[in-house]
Amino acid sequence: MIRIENVSKSFTLHNQGGAVIPVMEGASFTVAPGECVALTGDSGAGKSTLMRMIHGNYLAASGRIIVGDTDVARAEPREILTLRRDTLGYVSQFLRVVPRVPTRDVVAEPLLAVGTDRATAHARAEELLTRLNIPQTLWSLSPTTFSGGEQQRVNIARGFAHDFPAMLLDEPTASLDATNRETVLRLIEEAKARGTAIIGIFHDADARARVADREIDVSAFTPARAA
Amino acid sequence: MTPLLSVRDLSKTYGGRIGCADVSFDLYPGEVLGIVGESGSGKSTLLNCLAGHLAPDTGEILFDTRTDGPRDTRKMSEPERRMLSRTDWAFVHQNPRDGLRMGVSAGGNVGERLMAVGARHYGQIRAQATDWLGRVEITEDRLDDRPSAFSGGMQQRLQIARNLVTGPRLVFMDEPTGGLDVSVQARLLDLLRGLVREMGLSAIIVTHDLAVVRLLAHRLMVMKSGHVVEQGLTDQVLDDPQHAYTQLLVSSILQV
Amino acid sequence: MSDYNFAYLDEQTKRMIRRALLKAVAVPGYQVPFASREMPMPYGWGTGGVQVTAACLTPDDTLKVIDQGADDTTNAVSIRKFFEKTAHVATTEKTRAASVIQTRHRIPEEPLTADQILVYQVPIPEPLRFLEPRETETRRMHALEEYGLMHVKLYEDIARHGHIATAYAYPVKVEGRYVMDPSPIPKFDNPKLESAALQLFGAGREQRIYAIPPHTRVVSLDFEDHPFEASKADHACDLCSARHTYLDEVITDDAGGRMFVCSDTDYCAGRQATGHHGRLSPQEATA
Repeated sequence: MIRIENVSKSFTLHNQGGAVIPVMEGASFTVAPGECVALTGDSGAGKSTLMRMIHGNYLAASGRIIVGDTDVARAEPREILTLRRDTLGYVSQFLRVVPRVPTRDVVAEPLLAVGTDRATAHARAEELLTRLNIPQTLWSLSPTTFSGGEQQRVNIARGFAHDFPAMLLDEPTASLDATNRETVLRLIEEAKARGTAIIGIFHDADARARVADREIDVSAFTPARAA
Repeated sequence: MTPLLSVRDLSKTYGGRIGCADVSFDLYPGEVLGIVGESGSGKSTLLNCLAGHLAPDTGEILFDTRTDGPRDTRKMSEPERRMLSRTDWAFVHQNPRDGLRMGVSAGGNVGERLMAVGARHYGQIRAQATDWLGRVEITEDRLDDRPSAFSGGMQQRLQIARNLVTGPRLVFMDEPTGGLDVSVQARLLDLLRGLVREMGLSAIIVTHDLAVVRLLAHRLMVMKSGHVVEQGLTDQVLDDPQHAYTQLLVSSILQV
Repeated sequence: MSDYNFAYLDEQTKRMIRRALLKAVAVPGYQVPFASREMPMPYGWGTGGVQVTAACLTPDDTLKVIDQGADDTTNAVSIRKFFEKTAHVATTEKTRAASVIQTRHRIPEEPLTADQILVYQVPIPEPLRFLEPRETETRRMHALEEYGLMHVKLYEDIARHGHIATAYAYPVKVEGRYVMDPSPIPKFDNPKLESAALQLFGAGREQRIYAIPPHTRVVSLDFEDHPFEASKADHACDLCSARHTYLDEVITDDAGGRMFVCSDTDYCAGRQATGHHGRLSPQEATA
């Protein structure tokens, strides 16, 4: 489902003397449908960078990033948008939404984007919000004013609203209490059972052990420092 | 898929000074393209060339017309181009006073585009105007008020209703949230996003507000000194900018 | 013996105006610019109409001048005197006897004939002016037939008053092409714009001439659900009892007394002469 081939990445800081910082080299691995792969490695090893490249958020310098039948490293913006809408879900660590939009609509939006009718989309959104213990009184409010933990749960509900065939999860269980952590892990297991290919970053070792089928240490892709 | 708008090597100079130079891009149906850059970077010149308000010196602007497929709008006759700007195109000005008739009621402002394309049934025109005011969150009891009695945010929403009532396929927006305070901006952005999705609109939005494009635009074009220095997926350009100028632009945003 | 050239204007000026008139007739409803001259009367007193009349008159013509339908108001009298003095043409108050009729704000009740010319005095010839102040833009709108704005005006009327409240200078479309301001005639007169006579319009201050050739199609703009109506006061003339004419309301005392009379004085007098009497006719008052 997801195939990474020989991907490299460097940042060029034009406004800081044109410094070129290579951050990744020769990254290669695959994820099959129904499989969950955890990225590991020290802080700064490039876990998030790799995740962002798969999402199309960072440009890959070379290599191929095949998700479904799209090569993210070479795709046109609109192809990436289609991929993100239909195929590739992403749960980031931060919720980024238009202010003023009610929580229920925020969660339902990925479903509306793929053409689900409003009633069905709202029903699914409410089901997820209930499972993640967001009180019903908050559904009609914008999540911008919520606490960090609530925002994170809204973000997860939004990420799982549509059944994506492939998903990227960046610290999905961070800052959650035991009950909600359990709910999120169940959501991940359900997705796996549906055949979703998942790449995740889990600092929570227990969670990683429970849902991940394999671990990939991205330190292996860190370029050797020239010095 | 045929692009709705296909621009090739568009250039416009003011005397010896470059307005915009060698701009090329494709805009597909349903896509929102943001154009950012500092004042004087040529983004408004480009927008006005695209919308037919300015005559470019060279280049092609192919618009996928409903009846005849892609045609170069520069080679169209003036009546054809003006018909297009009343029906399939819309232009939302930064200052609503430039896009509204201040002496005509809100309903008349919205109805004008309908009457311009031949609507001659008062009741139906009024019903459509009411419907559209509702969609932009203006209550029915303001239908017969003049825009001069409206707040800035309401005027801007009225301008949007007036532009969208004929079901255009391409909307040009010049700093649509420019003169509005932050809370009104948010409301307007939410509204625009909803309309873009529900109507399947394509839009080109010129702004210098990177937060606005992040929320509204699928794709981003960064201009400097009349040239496009970088373009791509909005979040990719903002989060992983490749060009020196874009990096400067992104790093210059004040964090709240 | 007067020292004026025939009909006051010099021959070159009249030729210039006639050329404009020919163009106006060739393109019905189109506003032809012309080099309007200073006339010995103030703008607003019919300088445009006077110049058109001067360019049309021949020594054999018989001239009638009306102001709001009446032959005996200051404006009508002074223009009639003006041409008596400068052109020595015959003048009349009889609609039927006139070959040229200059009018301000009315069309005579008597149907006009093919050998007559009706000259209108026009204050503002541009029907789109009050909605679009830029002349460059209104000319482009005429050129491209973009007349949506005209309906906006009517829309505003209905929105504000519940019906089309425009009662005079009611816009018309001429021969399916140009939208035209018929000068401030009451909309009651609009149907009479389709006429056997040649109708010429002169705006002196605005320097425009336009025309409706005989038997040209003239349609008053309206909405499907608010059709055009040629309205008038719902009364009979108090002098001649006519129910089919345009009426003036005249206040007769300070106790609420009023009467309605035909605005077309010649028509009313003609009816009275043939034995029609109204509520307040002198004959009935004495009887």
